[in-house]
Amino acid sequence: MPKVIENVGCPYCGCSCDDVRVTVSDDGKKVLEVENVCAIGTEIFKHGSSDHRIRKPRLRQPDGSMKDITYEEAIEWTAQHLYKAKKPLMYGFGSTNCEGQAAAARVMETAGGMLDNCATICHGPSFLAIFDNGYPTCTLGEVKNRADVIVYWGSNPAHAHPRHMSRYSIFPRGFFTGKGQKKRTVIVVDPRYTDTANVADIHLRVKQGHDYELFDAFRMVVNGHADDLPDVVADVPKEQILEVAEIMANARFGTTFFGMGLTHSDGRNHNIDIAISLTRDLNKVAKWTIMAMRGHYNIAGPGVVWSWTFGFPYCLDLTKKNYAHMNPGETSSVDMAMRDEVDMFINIGTDAGAHFPIPAVQHLKKHPWVTIDPSINMASEISDLHIPVCICGVDVGGVVYRMDNVPIQFRQVIDPQGLLDDETLLNKIADRLDELNAQGA
Amino acid sequence: METVTMTLVQHPELYLECYSVTPDLFAGKSLAEIADLPAHEGKIVWKLGDFFKFDGKSGATAAETRIIVNGDVHKMKRFGQQMTAGEILINSAADMYVGCWMRGGKITVKGNADAFLGIAMEGGEITVEGDATNHVGSAYRGDWRGMSGGLIRVKGKAGNDIGTAMTGGTIIIEGDAFIHVLTHADGGTVIIKGDVEGRVGGQMVKGDAYVLGKILYPLPGFKKVATVEKECDGQTYTFDQYIGDLGERKGKKKGEVIYGNIYLKA
Ligand code: SF4
Repeated sequence: MPKVIENVGCPYCGCSCDDVRVTVSDDGKKVLEVENVCAIGTEIFKHGSSDHRIRKPRLRQPDGSMKDITYEEAIEWTAQHLYKAKKPLMYGFGSTNCEGQAAAARVMETAGGMLDNCATICHGPSFLAIFDNGYPTCTLGEVKNRADVIVYWGSNPAHAHPRHMSRYSIFPRGFFTGKGQKKRTVIVVDPRYTDTANVADIHLRVKQGHDYELFDAFRMVVNGHADDLPDVVADVPKEQILEVAEIMANARFGTTFFGMGLTHSDGRNHNIDIAISLTRDLNKVAKWTIMAMRGHYNIAGPGVVWSWTFGFPYCLDLTKKNYAHMNPGETSSVDMAMRDEVDMFINIGTDAGAHFPIPAVQHLKKHPWVTIDPSINMASEISDLHIPVCICGVDVGGVVYRMDNVPIQFRQVIDPQGLLDDETLLNKIADRLDELNAQGA
Repeated sequence: METVTMTLVQHPELYLECYSVTPDLFAGKSLAEIADLPAHEGKIVWKLGDFFKFDGKSGATAAETRIIVNGDVHKMKRFGQQMTAGEILINSAADMYVGCWMRGGKITVKGNADAFLGIAMEGGEITVEGDATNHVGSAYRGDWRGMSGGLIRVKGKAGNDIGTAMTGGTIIIEGDAFIHVLTHADGGTVIIKGDVEGRVGGQMVKGDAYVLGKILYPLPGFKKVATVEKECDGQTYTFDQYIGDLGERKGKKKGEVIYGNIYLKA
């Protein structure tokens, strides 16, 4: 009899939907049906029970081919190279549970290396702004139950977070928002007319890369300098700025969701920083909150786990062994790779091969490269060693942090069939490193 | 003043952290003791003597010690970290953090200097004869106090984040700068002799920016109030004076609101 599992978490985007229903085969090895999930979420569960999954570590041979090896051999190879490297880098964690991220912290502390997560190419600038200016945020539950004004600034949930609008922000009927979308005002700020802009009441078509100026203009209005506003700011006419500022000031509860449009255009952290300043200004007259549209279902996780472990959420320099250092620009993965500053690379739960600039990949490729990932991806195909692991939320459960930093327990739905999970694998590598360090000392 | 000359004999494979190269740590030490000071390359702790050969003699105090660095040290960071007195002359380009958290003394870099030049500097003087990149005299991440005193002069161009969260001191960029000059500043002076792309004085509480070239994208939060004659790095020019950032909080002194200023050459 196929088994139905309720309240399953979806291990894909930052919405971390936890209302999924999965039907699995009698032997617990196949996913038969997935409900309450968007198109991209469906794929990850299907992929979990695909016959094409890699189930054994593969080591590159002198002739360039890949040969299946055992987990023990893979652990030994990785530990030996970590032990030898002067400055190894472990990067990724977009798709790993918190247990795996804690084990990774142990590995890199033992190895004396660099530890970084995908925020470094994503919401890292948001962290910097939060360090500088605070984070007046809330949970998605509060948005659902209270928010009457929603701003999506430089983010496009219609494509990147498919259920965000229906589950949390625009459409749901919450405790104080019983009329759902009818009683909500939606403002989208984006240089493009996106599918999210299509459902908005107001679309501000800001000049690409000039959001900072537009925030400055809103702050002028909120702080009583509307008269000094130029006629047009960042391609947005003054009347429209005044109209939107009025809506914001009259909100019962407003939330700004921001995405890559702010973190990855010129100024980066400063775009978020001034967005936070505007949120603070608005709180003098209304109730406003702000939230980063984190990309993956647990990319908030490493930030939380490593902050409580080391005091910093990302770009960690653990080479000094007795203290952690962080300074993006120096200790950030892409910068280090571009400068050829590391001599070993472990790509885990992400695909640096696809996401990093080509010169960065070329530098990293000069050194030993390990990919720990359930799937075949560009990184796995150029690495020296590919170690397949469980897919979190499919073959193994675990704690994940949703984009609003709410922890959610994800479930295992199918049998891992011999695959190790990240936590077990990384702890074995750390155990072996401990032995090597003890021998070396 | 006594001089220690250190000459590169071995390039590091990765990057070397030369936090020990300061007059404070060299003063009163023999050349052998200086060569024994630590330097990190990743997790490996080397000695300075593994990379440099030392000549000359150090002074009894930092103020009496000059350090001359010869050879191509562009892969070495943190020269002059937290130094309080004395001099360092680097005869090539240097990597990140030259003069970071510096409190006094003088550093000259003959080539380019990489990011985080003089961050959170409190006093002293840094001259870079080439270009600088990003975060010149700005704050460390999460710190509200950027550069608070001293002088940084860059003869070439610079990148973004010039004097972020600055509270005092002076930064002079003789070439162009990119974006974010005096962002979040609460004091201090930045002079850009070339052009700036934009975002001068964003979220600035107070402070003075002088721009002798153009600002391609001025911020809306600045309003022109006067045309004034002012002295700037030894010469007098006519400037249009703008006040702002009107979006940011402002303090009062004797009942008058204190604004940040941009002086744009007329
Ligand atoms: S919105 Fe995101 S978390 Fe929710 S089902 Fe789709 S991919 Fe999964």
